[in-house]
Amino acid sequence: MIPLNYYLVLSAILFACGVVGFLIKRNIITIFMSIELMLNAVNLSFVAFATARGVLSGHIFVFFVMVVAAAEAAVGLAIIISVFRTRETLNVDRVNLLKL
Amino acid sequence: MNLYLWSIPLLPLTGAAINGLFGRRFSNKLVATVALFFTAASFGMAICAASRLLGSNMLSIIELHGTWFRAGTLTVEYGFLLDHLSLVMMLVVTGVGFLIHVYSVAYMSHEGGYYRYFCYLNLFMFFMLTLVLANNYLLMFVGWEGVGLASYLLIGFFFVKDSAANAGKKAFITNRVGDFGFLIALFLLIQHFGSVQYHNVFARISQMPVEAHAGLLTAIGLLMLVGACGKSAQIPLYVWLPDAMEGPTPVSALIHAATMVTAGVYMVCRSNAVFSRAPIALLAVAIIGALTAFFAATIGITQTDIKRVLAYSTVSQLGYMFMAAGVAAYSAAIFHLMTHAFFKALLFLAAGSVIHGIGGEQDMRKMGGLRKYMPITFWTMLIATIAISGIPPLAGFYSKDEILWQAFSSPHGHWIFWLIGAVTAFMTSFYMFRLIFMTFTGDYRGAHGEAQVGHAAHTDTAHGQVADKEHAAHTHAVPMDAHGHGDPHESPWLMLAPLCLLAALSICGGWIGIGGRFERFLEPVMRPPQVETAARFDTSVLANDQQRRMIAMMQAAQSDEAGQMPTAGEAKHENEHAKGTEEALMFISVVIAFAGLGLAYLLYVKRRDLPAKIATSLNGLYTTVLNKYYVDEIYGAAVIQPIIRFSTSALWKGVDVGLIDGTVNGSAHATQDASQVLRQQQSGSIRSYAAWVAAGAGFVVLYMIWTGIR
Repeated sequence: MIPLNYYLVLSAILFACGVVGFLIKRNIITIFMSIELMLNAVNLSFVAFATARGVLSGHIFVFFVMVVAAAEAAVGLAIIISVFRTRETLNVDRVNLLKL
Repeated sequence: MNLYLWSIPLLPLTGAAINGLFGRRFSNKLVATVALFFTAASFGMAICAASRLLGSNMLSIIELHGTWFRAGTLTVEYGFLLDHLSLVMMLVVTGVGFLIHVYSVAYMSHEGGYYRYFCYLNLFMFFMLTLVLANNYLLMFVGWEGVGLASYLLIGFFFVKDSAANAGKKAFITNRVGDFGFLIALFLLIQHFGSVQYHNVFARISQMPVEAHAGLLTAIGLLMLVGACGKSAQIPLYVWLPDAMEGPTPVSALIHAATMVTAGVYMVCRSNAVFSRAPIALLAVAIIGALTAFFAATIGITQTDIKRVLAYSTVSQLGYMFMAAGVAAYSAAIFHLMTHAFFKALLFLAAGSVIHGIGGEQDMRKMGGLRKYMPITFWTMLIATIAISGIPPLAGFYSKDEILWQAFSSPHGHWIFWLIGAVTAFMTSFYMFRLIFMTFTGDYRGAHGEAQVGHAAHTDTAHGQVADKEHAAHTHAVPMDAHGHGDPHESPWLMLAPLCLLAALSICGGWIGIGGRFERFLEPVMRPPQVETAARFDTSVLANDQQRRMIAMMQAAQSDEAGQMPTAGEAKHENEHAKGTEEALMFISVVIAFAGLGLAYLLYVKRRDLPAKIATSLNGLYTTVLNKYYVDEIYGAAVIQPIIRFSTSALWKGVDVGLIDGTVNGSAHATQDASQVLRQQQSGSIRSYAAWVAAGAGFVVLYMIWTGIR
């Protein structure tokens, strides 16, 4: 059996990849994918812990996260499309209307 | 026995409130009626209270009206005390004050701000009566401060005129210097005696062994003296009083005669228990008094402004009172205070009448020969002059002679004091008759006829244009020709009546002192306090606590004599010896008074060329004295300029601008600068926000790891 730590390290690496991607990419789609990556890294931790401790609550949590992520993907993609329609760019640095 | 003492000060306050709040809409007649009614009512209450006190066998009455405040063990009450000392003061203040009110009705009728004037005048009466009737030092201090305020308001009455406003400020600030001393004396009293009530303090003092606390009592006495110097215009704080002439003339009469300046003398006499135990302080009082009397009289000789001569004469006479108090002849001081109130009020009012009659001129060199134009003013003023010069049988003779005799014979006295007093008496007589001769005899030297038409308002020095804004219209409404100044004329009867009454008082006022009657009258207050009295005071204090309404202290009149028991034989011999000396001194002082008269007659009637010659021959001295010894200039250079410079450079530009404004502005600038840096953070760039979130999360994780390790 693969020890718990392996999963956790993998999860941390994936999460770090997601954070770095989020920070350094300009394309909104890529950023969105990075967010999904972070969510799934966390999902992995949940599942790993649940399996290691032999309880089901972690799995159930993962399902919840997946549902929310799906909904989020739907809304997020809709926002992205509407942003692209109005501003004709997917570069987040150009989408800074909230700036002071 | 309830004397309603509280009503005596409060009646003028009511008048002041009515006139102050509503007087603007009143007609002049109504304003005058209100002011006169409340002053007269106060005078009536005072007479009523006085006669009831004298009719009973009580020596003093204290009426308490609840607690003012309590702080720690100190309890201060609203209390009024009527004894023979405050009785004299009360009657002088209300009586002379009322006459001055009557006079003012006519005198001020052409001025703007009529209601304001009477409001202030009534306010002055209120504070002075509070001062006189209070039964504790703190309430006295309230009156003390209030008198300073009212004098500021009245001296600066013509506030549009710069010199008047400055004189008001000068009076107020000089008084503050003195008040500072009085206040510290109060603190010392509270600290060491735990009370400010007269009888408590005096009882405690009389219980103390003679040697102990001499330093404390001397300190208290000297500080009180500082306060008294400010209020009563003694060296070194007398400078405000001559400048106080900027106010309307009746105000000068009120300040100089009946009220304000007597406060210091009253306070010293009231505190005789303190001063009797502090010989050094007493000596200081006598020295300051003697110096002031002499010094001010020399200035008075050279002045040409009729009101300034009187002002310096007041300072000089106050010096007499201080000298009397300083040789422990307190009743002589009060006696002179009373007679002085009569003749000095008369002198000022008569001077006001002269100024009124010739259209605002105050320079005596431009008067002369007014006797035939205003005979009543002349005769009343002559009476006052004779009285102040100390020529029998007028009032001033008795009081002044008493002071001179006490200065010579009192155990605290010295012949030097007598000598200074006698020389001053000579100068007094001289400058007063100089005033009379310059003003009333010879030919009229002022302008006749149309030269002075247009002096619509008879004002002290051409403040015709000065008027309250709201009264400007009214002032202009006074027809110019109605009072256009042609030849000098006699004043209206409303002004002359007070003069005549005061003249009668100036003649008769001294007679009550013949044979030491006045001294015996005041003896219960001035008697050196004895332990036995103290015990009586204590019981009354106990009773106070039980029923706080009214306390009457019964003191059998016979106990008076317990104080001094003359040892028969040699005392009688001594007395006869003293009697001889007293008569000799009396004779000398009369001769001196006539000498002054004669010299003034010689110089200002017979040989009019002589004064100028004398002045030129004594050139340096004359200019020095004429410029009042340059005291104002010295004060200006030594005190005022350094204070102004220090205030400007250190307090204004250093503390205010640098420190206070600097702190406020600096904190504002610091906030702005910090915000400038922080606002960069709101970049609108999602990624930088995300970076911050990630950094925060990382920090939290690290923190948890770190705590987990520990």
